[in-house]
Amino acid sequence: MLSLAHFLLLGAILFCLSVAGVFINRKNVIILLMCIELMLLAVNMNFVAFSHFNGDIAGQVFVFFILTVAAAEAAIGLAILVVLFRNRNSINVEDLDSMSG
Amino acid sequence: MNIEEIVFYIFATALVIAGAMVITIRNPVHAALFLIMAFFSSSGLWLLLEAEFLAITLVLVYVGAVMVLFLFVVMMLDINIAVLREGFASYLPVAFVVALLMLLSLGLIVGKENFGLQTVGPVERAPASYSNTEALGQVLYTEYVFPFEVAAVILLVAIVAAIALTLRPTRQTKAPNPERQVAVRRQDRVRLVKMDSE
Amino acid sequence: MQNLCLMIVLAPLVGAVVTGLFGRALGRSGAHWVANIGVAISFFLSLSVFWRIVIEGELTYNDNLYTWLESGGVLFQIGFLIDELSATMMVVVTFVSWMVHIYTIGYMRDDPGYQRFFSYISLFTFSMLMLVMANNFLQLFFGWEAVGLVSYLLIGFWYTRDTAIYANLKAFLVNRVGDFGFLLGIAAIVMYFSSLDYVEVFGNAHNMASIKISIWSGHEWSLLTVVCLLLFVGAMGKSAQVPLHVWLPDSMEGPTPISALIHAATMVTAGIFMVARMSPLFELSTMALSVVLVVGAVTAFSMGLLGLVQNDIKRVVAYSTLSQLGYMTVALGASAYSAAIFHLMTHAFFKALLFLAAGAVIIGMHHEQDMRKMGGLRKYMPITWVTCLVGSLALIGFPGTAGFFSKDAIIEAVHVSTTPGANLGYLACLTGVFITALYSFRLMFLVFYGEPRMDEHTRAHLQETSVVVWGPLVVLAIPSLIIGAIAIEPMLFGDYFGSSIFVDSKNDVLVRINEGYHGVVGFVGHGMLQAPFWLAMAGVFVAWYCYLKRPDIPRRIVERMSIVHRILINKYGFDAFNDRFFAGGARGAGRMLWRVGDVGLIDGIMVNGSAKCVGWWSSVIRHIQSGYLYHYAFAMIIGLLVLLAVFIHGVAG
Repeated sequence: MLSLAHFLLLGAILFCLSVAGVFINRKNVIILLMCIELMLLAVNMNFVAFSHFNGDIAGQVFVFFILTVAAAEAAIGLAILVVLFRNRNSINVEDLDSMSG
Repeated sequence: MNIEEIVFYIFATALVIAGAMVITIRNPVHAALFLIMAFFSSSGLWLLLEAEFLAITLVLVYVGAVMVLFLFVVMMLDINIAVLREGFASYLPVAFVVALLMLLSLGLIVGKENFGLQTVGPVERAPASYSNTEALGQVLYTEYVFPFEVAAVILLVAIVAAIALTLRPTRQTKAPNPERQVAVRRQDRVRLVKMDSE
Repeated sequence: MQNLCLMIVLAPLVGAVVTGLFGRALGRSGAHWVANIGVAISFFLSLSVFWRIVIEGELTYNDNLYTWLESGGVLFQIGFLIDELSATMMVVVTFVSWMVHIYTIGYMRDDPGYQRFFSYISLFTFSMLMLVMANNFLQLFFGWEAVGLVSYLLIGFWYTRDTAIYANLKAFLVNRVGDFGFLLGIAAIVMYFSSLDYVEVFGNAHNMASIKISIWSGHEWSLLTVVCLLLFVGAMGKSAQVPLHVWLPDSMEGPTPISALIHAATMVTAGIFMVARMSPLFELSTMALSVVLVVGAVTAFSMGLLGLVQNDIKRVVAYSTLSQLGYMTVALGASAYSAAIFHLMTHAFFKALLFLAAGAVIIGMHHEQDMRKMGGLRKYMPITWVTCLVGSLALIGFPGTAGFFSKDAIIEAVHVSTTPGANLGYLACLTGVFITALYSFRLMFLVFYGEPRMDEHTRAHLQETSVVVWGPLVVLAIPSLIIGAIAIEPMLFGDYFGSSIFVDSKNDVLVRINEGYHGVVGFVGHGMLQAPFWLAMAGVFVAWYCYLKRPDIPRRIVERMSIVHRILINKYGFDAFNDRFFAGGARGAGRMLWRVGDVGLIDGIMVNGSAKCVGWWSSVIRHIQSGYLYHYAFAMIIGLLVLLAVFIHGVAG
């Protein structure tokens, strides 16, 4: 039988993978954005699993909202990326240090 | 091992592989494609959890819209991948250690002893007449109507923001600049020249 | 009565404000009219108050007019207490003040600060009246400080002179020392009696007599002794007792009317008045009385001695003031408060007279103050000579003059007193009589007799001064002669002061003298046979012999006893000590505090140090802010990991 732990562990693995992704692709903003999507997916997985196993539909409502926000975030993130590339001709994070103290 | 578990393990394996490929593969286009695969896999898993509406939404919204946007941007930008991949190997150990530590600590929480079947009992399948979409809609338009509206506004703002950010302002109209007109000095415009009358 | 009191106090204040603020508009004559009329009103009203209280025997007036604030049950009020003591003081103050006002018209005629001067002396009269009419310690303190302030302004009246500025600063600082003690005394009274009102405090004094307080561990002091000593420190500052006397001789830098008004007749008597007013407290502490007596004796003797070596005419009079104040203080110490007030009154008249006479001489001499350059002025300034002679006779206590009665009463009182230190006081007073006669007649002989020693130009212009100058001299000479004979009987032996002065029966020396008192004539006759009279005569004779007959003797004495002479010229080294120890010490301490505290601690460590610390810390912390996205992401993830660890630990624990 499948238990809640199965899904939660899968979400944890997915989350850790994306954390590792943030680390190893530290220079590529596009992959960073993808890693964030992956993290959100892991979180959504947890929500859906809890919703199912607790019989509460509210979890799914939350997933619905997260999807909405994630879509908005991706749209704006990519727009910024485009502007960035247009101005700097690069999406290398190492070039983006004008906030350095 | 019943059919449900088989399906779960197939999709789970696919999901983990896809995720791993997303973070390691060289080409961003391939990474995006693997992300699509990850979304498909989790969509399947959500079906397993009887969240049919969300599973469909995930495919429609993410795969159909967001990921297409990703691909579009990746392809539009002329990215020098070699530079971006610099130091990839050297970051790998750190990333591995951090991810492993996190996974271990998360595993301690979400493992079988806390969320196994003996604590969270098996759930009975919903009857065939149950509609996930209807149930979701039931609460979304009553209890969560205000957050729903806010989410709509957020999406609108995102659209406007994305357009505003990326729209390249073009000079198509001709208009005087009153500030500069006022600041004009006489000696900039008029020059008195002394010369003999001819 | 209330309106009368207000009028008395406010008339000089109005005069001061009008002449001070609108002096330019009023002009010179306008200013002196306003000021004089103000003080004259005050004087005549004071006389009527005196008549009602003292002669008609009206009841003591004690009323509060206004409550300034109330704090913790203590009322801060403005009110008047008019009894025999304050009525006497009011008359003396306003009378002398009025005389000085008139005299000033002549003395300051050519001074550019004419209106300002009138404003100040009227303000002074107001302050002094507030002081003597007060019915509570707060108002007393107000008057006390206001008098100090005006004396500061007046001593430094010629503010372009360095010496005047030095003198007024000195007077102000020395008075601060005394005022600090005074303030502490008042604070102690508020603390233990919870009241500022005279009547309440005096009424409670008996209950407080047994209270002991511990000032530092192991030493128990009687509360009243501490309070009285602190109050007396204030009196020492105002009444110029050793060692706080140093300001008075220097304050002769001010114009002469000021010397007469403030530093002879009124302000310096504030301390004497205050102690007499506090007699219900002082009577309960033998130790305080003893201290008062000894301080007075030391002042009376040592300051008189200094008068012998001074050549400045005003300084001689100033030192005689110090010495006479010492007499009054001795009388206070011997519980002969009425004798002290009696001497205060007679002294006010003849000392004002002497100062004004000295001022007249100074006018005549074209602002030359050195007695060695005078001489023979008798012929040129007869009125001044006569009045000054009257003043000097009164000062040395020539039988029949005012000073005779008061001074003899003091000496007799000290003689029979049993307060510890009375023997010393008696001795000091007796020798003081001789010294007083010596320096007074030294002044007389040097200035008015002998060969003229001034230059030709001055002698050619030498003449009697105008009527506004000699008028007050004559007016003051009359009470200097007769007031003693009139007032001795009621003031000393009668029930003149009523309940305003309290004397414990075991200390009541005047009652003991009274047994041997048989009328004014008897007192005079008795006085002629006593030691003080012969000592005074001896002083006059020595002065005559040394300064008229054989003018070479003083010089030879100076040569023989050069060490003593130098000590006297240096005024026992008080000034040098104060300059070096207090002024120098304060400057040194200030410089050190500035270097260590201000520059080092506050500027260096606290102000610049905190800025530097912030700067240094930010320069360190700035390295964390690399601007790289992944550093922030890394920090976030590490934070997440830590939180997770804490959470697990919490769950497991």
